[in-house]
Amino acid sequence: MADAPNSPGPSPRPFGRPLSPHLQIYRWPITMVASIAHRATGVALAAGTLMLSWWLIAAATGPEAYGVFARVAANPVGEIILFGFLWSLAFHLLNGIRHLAWDIGYGFRVPTAKLTAALVFAGSLLLAVGAFIVGFMVKRGFGI
Amino acid sequence: MTARDLRTPLAQVEGLGAARAGTLHFWHQRMTAVALVPLSLWFVASALAYVGAEQGAVAAYFADPVNTILMFLFVLASTYHMSLGLQIIIEDYFHHEGQKIALLMLNRFAAFAIGAASALALIRMSLAGH
Repeated sequence: MADAPNSPGPSPRPFGRPLSPHLQIYRWPITMVASIAHRATGVALAAGTLMLSWWLIAAATGPEAYGVFARVAANPVGEIILFGFLWSLAFHLLNGIRHLAWDIGYGFRVPTAKLTAALVFAGSLLLAVGAFIVGFMVKRGFGI
Repeated sequence: MTARDLRTPLAQVEGLGAARAGTLHFWHQRMTAVALVPLSLWFVASALAYVGAEQGAVAAYFADPVNTILMFLFVLASTYHMSLGLQIIIEDYFHHEGQKIALLMLNRFAAFAIGAASALALIRMSLAGH
């Protein structure tokens, strides 16, 4: 049976043009990953404001309420959540500065945008790991 | 004004566009973003300094007027920035009108609730310290 005129069946591609990339085979440009991560970290930080609020309320309520918060925060799951919060904040902060630079007209060249995206990923990881290490040192009594 | 512009002179002067809000959302998101750069750095430094501390030490820190005000500003700017950002996400991904309006209201309510609860905690610590 012959293909209908507009069927997606085998057909010669006389000009060798690329097909539209599909999401599953599309190599994500780092600028796209940074854009998606900016939204995702924003949502994560929104959840983080609940923790922030809990921290403040616990500190204002008394030792017992604060003890509950402190135990949850010191739990391995709590520590993973806190690290996720720290990284999200670091990423959203650095990428937010990147956005502010765009707002005043800087950093739009494609190589620049790719470089700053990579710098934001690397910088946010460094900041988050660094902050986490400082947190552990403070907890063990080294002070800052 | 060009001859091809179909907007009324009043609409051009107001500059509010079709959504009647102009650049207010954009501008407030940027203002809070700029404010949050130093405020969030101060917040992380404060939080890290009190990892594993007793409740009394944390409450005393936030009873200091400078810290009360900085933390209040951080809460205010971050809850507002949060509600502006979540608003865009809701508007982007929820197309059912009723669902969208309900979520937009919930978004603002949640921001006010979190902000009010945090502010009350700060006021209590501030008053307890004096």
